[in-house]
Amino acid sequence: MSSQDIPEENLPAEQDATVAVADEKHPFADPGLPPHEHRIQDIDERAAKRSERTVALLFTASMLATVGFIASFVTIPHDKSIFVFPIGHLNALNFALGLTLGGALFCIGAGAVHWARTLMSDVEVADERHPIEASPEVKAKVMADFKQGAKESALGRRKLIRNTMFGALALFPLSGVVLLRDLGPLPGTKLRHTLWSKGKLLVNMNTNEPLRPSDVAVGSLTFAKPEGLEEHDHEFQTEIAKAALMIVRLQPADIKDKRELEWSHEGIVAYSKICTHVGCPISLYEQQTHHALCPCHQSTFDLADGARVIFGPAGHALPQLRIGVNDEGYLEALGDFEEPVGPAFWERG
Amino acid sequence: MSTTETTESRSRGKAPAGERVADWADGRLGIYSLAKANMRKIFPDHWSFMLGEVALYSFLIIILTGVYLTLFFHPSMNEVEYHGSYVPLQGQLMSEAFSSTLHISFDVRGGLLIRQIHHWAALIFLAAMFVHMMRVFFTGAFRKPREVNWLFGFLLFVLGMFTGFTGYSLPDDLLSGTGVRFMEGAVLSVPIVGTYLSFFLFGGEFPGTDFVARFYSIHILLLPGIMLGLVVAHLILVFYHKHTQFAGPGKTNKNVVGMPLLPVYMAKAGGFFFLVFGVIAALSAIAQINPIWAMGPYRPDMVSTGAQPDWYMGFSEGLIRFMPGWEVNFWGHTLVLGVFIPLMIFPLVLVAIAVYPFIEAWITGDKREHHILDRPRNAPTRTAFGVAWMSLYLLLLVGGGNDLWATHFHLSINAVTWFVRIGFFVLPVLAFIITKRICLGLQRRDKDKVLHGRESGIIKRLPHGEFIEIHEPLSQDALHTLTAHEQYKPLEIGPTVDENGVERKVKGSEKLRAKLSKAYFDEDGQIPKPTVEEYKEITSGHGHH
Repeated sequence: MSSQDIPEENLPAEQDATVAVADEKHPFADPGLPPHEHRIQDIDERAAKRSERTVALLFTASMLATVGFIASFVTIPHDKSIFVFPIGHLNALNFALGLTLGGALFCIGAGAVHWARTLMSDVEVADERHPIEASPEVKAKVMADFKQGAKESALGRRKLIRNTMFGALALFPLSGVVLLRDLGPLPGTKLRHTLWSKGKLLVNMNTNEPLRPSDVAVGSLTFAKPEGLEEHDHEFQTEIAKAALMIVRLQPADIKDKRELEWSHEGIVAYSKICTHVGCPISLYEQQTHHALCPCHQSTFDLADGARVIFGPAGHALPQLRIGVNDEGYLEALGDFEEPVGPAFWERG
Repeated sequence: MSTTETTESRSRGKAPAGERVADWADGRLGIYSLAKANMRKIFPDHWSFMLGEVALYSFLIIILTGVYLTLFFHPSMNEVEYHGSYVPLQGQLMSEAFSSTLHISFDVRGGLLIRQIHHWAALIFLAAMFVHMMRVFFTGAFRKPREVNWLFGFLLFVLGMFTGFTGYSLPDDLLSGTGVRFMEGAVLSVPIVGTYLSFFLFGGEFPGTDFVARFYSIHILLLPGIMLGLVVAHLILVFYHKHTQFAGPGKTNKNVVGMPLLPVYMAKAGGFFFLVFGVIAALSAIAQINPIWAMGPYRPDMVSTGAQPDWYMGFSEGLIRFMPGWEVNFWGHTLVLGVFIPLMIFPLVLVAIAVYPFIEAWITGDKREHHILDRPRNAPTRTAFGVAWMSLYLLLLVGGGNDLWATHFHLSINAVTWFVRIGFFVLPVLAFIITKRICLGLQRRDKDKVLHGRESGIIKRLPHGEFIEIHEPLSQDALHTLTAHEQYKPLEIGPTVDENGVERKVKGSEKLRAKLSKAYFDEDGQIPKPTVEEYKEITSGHGHH
């Protein structure tokens, strides 16, 4: 017995299908197909007529709905809004087109199904099944044919042909792989740098004005971008994806992390807005606890303690941007982030 | 056609036009042979067999509406200023993809309807495939000869998920962009090559200006092309194998009982396409879906709360949310386990259900064809495994919406997350045990019914004062149906030492198989069905028990 074989007696016996009548010996025998039961439509022509009219009515309703669809398309302005109880305000054209199209389709379907269920024959019939696998004769013939073909190709005998052919077939897909090279540039150190550099002003994202320390109130959350980055810039999306900043003002006494305090200005701290989990922008801030929460996957960071992770799936703290104030009294960056912003990656280290 | 003579005597030109067209086609395509085998093909009837039809029809609806949408959609990430008829966004910068989606929604008459039909049909397509897959699983329809078709169906489900994801990412709105960012973060977590993969996928840094165009060709050509091929293959195999059927009078493993394709299933299945389409169209008229104008164009530094993927991606969202943020740093490299582990469990969850048919076939060692469906209770271990898998899947869906659960039910988000973390390990085990108990209970009940009859609800008082309930014997049909299922015997390895005291080598895999077989088929794994002897003993004169 090979390891894959199972003794026959472990497999259940097939039901004895030959015994159609239950007798003393076979109380559970298959009684065979039950006799067909007539529907009302099979015996009462009036009922059948009723079914016919129902089906015809449904098909007619479908035609009317299609006319309604075209009429709605032509007559209803596309910016009209209507109130439909209990759904609320809807676009009138969308509502009318959808309902008429839906009605036209549904009535065709309902008509066809009703026709099939009430008027077409519902006599159940049995069809035989045949084994999927071929008979031994067929299999023998195929194997012989294959052997013959393989022999005539001489593939097994002429090894040189075989080996070089496999070599050629194995190599040519490499061209396809090489072609994919220009899908994108190599990462290099791009993920390590952002637009921030020494002296760049922190510009309020909403007002587009440079921020002064007095603009940042205790407990508020301010979003900032580096000076010079404008929405119209070609690279705006890619740059803001790394440079987006979140600024809060804490009481300096509340800041537990020494480096955080050093990199802050009068309790104003600037952290990357991009979550270190998978890169969502963090946008929820609880001023009482100084916790920042990413709304995507609920990673929670303590902004008073070096933005360390206190809950959720993020793997490391938010990078902090070192800030100060320039001669004119505006908040400025004192360099780029010291570590990559956003989600972690293999080369991050 | 009245008699053979008239047919023969009719000259070629006089045959009806339809017949002449059919003759023409037959001479070139051989349609008569095809029709002979299929026109009156028998299909069995059961409500659960239409779940796959819902999937098929919604797939067709998606293709039809999708072609329409390509006529208006611009898969480009060029930044443009919006000047369309949606006032709140006028003057705002957005990608052409987003602005053309606004155009479809507000300026093309019926465009919004088609967009909403497309999106609703996609949700229903995935849901129908999921439920259909569960139907096939719990009834054992995946057994030989249908394992390959099970895999085709599984592939369709997985490809459908990714087609959906690439599709809803195309409008480049704030919600879907957040989903794309999540995907990028997940790709970045792949050890060694993650950064490169991400740069190649996005043509540089995220988001860049390429991904919409790339997703577009994946969404409208690559994936649907493969899926269309798989759907055709899936259907050909359904025809070739002939549909499975539940046990019942007159139904055997060697026949298929039902009604013919022409006319009954032509009308029923054809009509059903229109029913599905009609319901989805009406749904799209009254239930707004994916209002991208309310979310606004994508900005990598903006997000809305309560961001959720479409439902079929929800379980991956759950995986990423409940995972603790493990990160390992060594030799200047970072292993982002907190993201990479969920990324690996994601395919594992899917593969677990996909390979099950092969594991079961190995355990039973059964190489025969199976065309009679199991009732789920009659395969307790399989059913328990399926329910355990589903409980995990649903738990992950809950985890993917942990914020919504927290806000809607006033729960702590930390508590919900911890519930998912613990439940991930505990819940499937519980579900397995409970389901198995329920199946065994139902098997006992069936056995009871066969042996003692149906509870009639009639209480009789005997002369000496005892009350009994009268049990009515089952009909022949019911007796047969309740005892038609097959039961395997547990596999025995037998003695490892033969009569001469020579030790026989038993492979580890064989020991494992014997163990599993025992768990499946011994008295704790299934209730032996009533035997003829038991039945006779009870029914022969002793009256009722």
